[in-house]
Amino acid sequence: MSLQADDRREAPTDGLERTSVARPEHLESLESEAIYILREVGAQFERPTLLFSGGKDSAVVLHLAVKAFAPGPMPFTLLHIDTGHNYPEVLAFRDEAAAQARAKLIVRKVEDSITAGRVVLKHPGESRNAHQSVTLLDAIEEFRLDACIGGARRDEEKARAKERVFSFRDSFGGWEPRRQRPELWNLYQGRVDAGEHMRVFPLSDWTEADIWRYISRQGIALPPLYFAHDREVVERGELLVPVHPLIPLKDGESPVRRRVRFRTIGDITCTCPVASNAATPEEVLAETLAAELSERGATRLDDTVSEVAMERRKLSGYF
Amino acid sequence: MDDQSLPARHGQLLRLTTAGSVDDGKSTLIGRLLADCGALTRDQMETLTAARPNGEDHIDFARVTDGLSAEREQGITIDVAYRYFSTPQRAFILADVPGHEQYTRNMVTGASNAHAALFLVDVRHGMTRQTRRHATIAALLGIKKAVFAINKMDLVDYRRESFAEAKAALQAFCAKLPFSRVHYLPVSAKMGDNVVHGSQAMAWYDGASLLEILEGLSAGEEGLDLPFRLPIQLAAWPQDTAAPDFRGYMGRIASGRVAIGDRVRISPGARESRVASIGGPDGPLGAAVTGQSVTVTLTDQVDAGRGHMLAAADAPPREAREIRAIVCWLDDAPQDPRAPYLLRTGTVAVPVRIEAPDYLIDIDTLDRVGGDRPLAANDIGAVSIRLKDDIAFDAFGDNPATGAFIIIDSRTNATVAAGMIGHEILG
Repeated sequence: MSLQADDRREAPTDGLERTSVARPEHLESLESEAIYILREVGAQFERPTLLFSGGKDSAVVLHLAVKAFAPGPMPFTLLHIDTGHNYPEVLAFRDEAAAQARAKLIVRKVEDSITAGRVVLKHPGESRNAHQSVTLLDAIEEFRLDACIGGARRDEEKARAKERVFSFRDSFGGWEPRRQRPELWNLYQGRVDAGEHMRVFPLSDWTEADIWRYISRQGIALPPLYFAHDREVVERGELLVPVHPLIPLKDGESPVRRRVRFRTIGDITCTCPVASNAATPEEVLAETLAAELSERGATRLDDTVSEVAMERRKLSGYF
Repeated sequence: MDDQSLPARHGQLLRLTTAGSVDDGKSTLIGRLLADCGALTRDQMETLTAARPNGEDHIDFARVTDGLSAEREQGITIDVAYRYFSTPQRAFILADVPGHEQYTRNMVTGASNAHAALFLVDVRHGMTRQTRRHATIAALLGIKKAVFAINKMDLVDYRRESFAEAKAALQAFCAKLPFSRVHYLPVSAKMGDNVVHGSQAMAWYDGASLLEILEGLSAGEEGLDLPFRLPIQLAAWPQDTAAPDFRGYMGRIASGRVAIGDRVRISPGARESRVASIGGPDGPLGAAVTGQSVTVTLTDQVDAGRGHMLAAADAPPREAREIRAIVCWLDDAPQDPRAPYLLRTGTVAVPVRIEAPDYLIDIDTLDRVGGDRPLAANDIGAVSIRLKDDIAFDAFGDNPATGAFIIIDSRTNATVAAGMIGHEILG
């Protein structure tokens, strides 16, 4: 099923569709805005990096960054903070995409932060998701990075809805709502002193549906986990939890084989797939437009713990 | 100014800023708008219901705009929260501005990127001081389209006379402001009347619902008919590519359109050249328009880079080392006439000295009041600015994209003020 020409689904009772309809001018405008932002980073910073996990949002940012500076080289290194709990397919994709972009890929591991005593796990099975911040801030210091480009979007979550495009971080790496700079017109202001840095979010105004439309239109490659495949899962409340050595089964849980895809891919211990038959970006887009649950609500084991979980992580330097 | 005709404008993104306090029902209206458009997913809807302490099955739409815990703990409000929703007609980005504190700073920030402003008015109070201020600031920032949602109609028994009374007061005030189009409509955000759906209780109102009005507003055409302006972000001299002779000027077109062969001026300065090629995100283009990110090459070797502007040769921008401007002070630290400030406009940042204001603008009355004191947070005033170097610019009233600037304190790197070149902006 192709939805590129016209994204209309069957109309709900009120005659309105619940998510946006692709019009070329909208997507092109988002693309030009993101390219403008990426070029501002190229112009304003000395040691910028692009945080690249191999996930769909960072794949879109990388694609845009390559386009923004073509035919010249992209002026960003790529940085991946590896929790050690990533799916091998994603890491393989990460390496391939970096090579294709002719970009230098730096990998820093949470495992090394644990060995060095910088991260102390409460128990061996604890999710390493929040601990990435420590490894990230250490890498920022190690390479004296002055800008980190990320793929976060404002439509993802409440704390993100208030995020700037250029988000100032002090020398502790924290996001201080009180110290955010007013952001007016398109005059992105990136001045930082030594030890401080800027997080930059070129996809701020994109929605999940925009991302899939763009992936579809531009033919952007993604890890296969984003498309329907058979996987052992257990049903835990509304979540489908992948069966994996890192995620212990609870009493009474028995694995079932389901056709699933990942809507978002992070640390193995905190992202869940959703039931799906979507094998192409167009089919994923159709499902996205019809989805009943938000991207994070459907898939994140960590954010469901508390409504303020994301905000807390951001305050301490999370992406 | 009252215009009920609503031409279809398919697909253009509308950037909308909202203003009004919690008391006016702004949060409830936004929640209702998102929910009735289907923009809230089931888990998001559940957070609105789950939080009710008394177990009623009533959905508290206002919780959609709840603050962050950091805001509650620090007693602050982050100036703008962005929300995204869409209908078959178009996509919307809503910059939700808290109305109660730091209103000027917040409004200026939210309005700087908006095509239109939505104002919430409590029908029982009609025109208030806060509404006057919000409308004035939106107009000052160059917003041409305003929508006044006259809310809480359910509390006045949906009486036509109450709506008419509030509307008349608003109309009288708006006549003083340079809006090109103003809509007024009666709503009940709580009950949903005229938000997305129509209203049975107000059969006397035969105009469009709020959503229909928003769907019909034109947007994104503002700069198309203005002269071509391209602030250069970067000049590309790739060393190691297959195209060694390539000299490309990268930027996003701020206004107008450009085609191959067009004569352009490199401003500031008097040099001119012609456009040899235009590269877009997906390859070569014959022409490009406002909003597109492009890479332009010229037929002559010229020394241009970040801080220069490519502009239509027959309608070049102005150049000066001294400008007059309307400035809104944003920083908690007041203006310091001796401080080393930088002015940033387009892609250029220049050291400046900012004199004490000639006068301040009373945002309630639009009157000029005495200057003679430095600008403090939330003040709006007229100032003279001396620049270290010439800059290329347009008056904000002629071209907002090349007439807007920010002021940076080079000691703290804080963005301390927002400004608009020219004094006659509200004229």
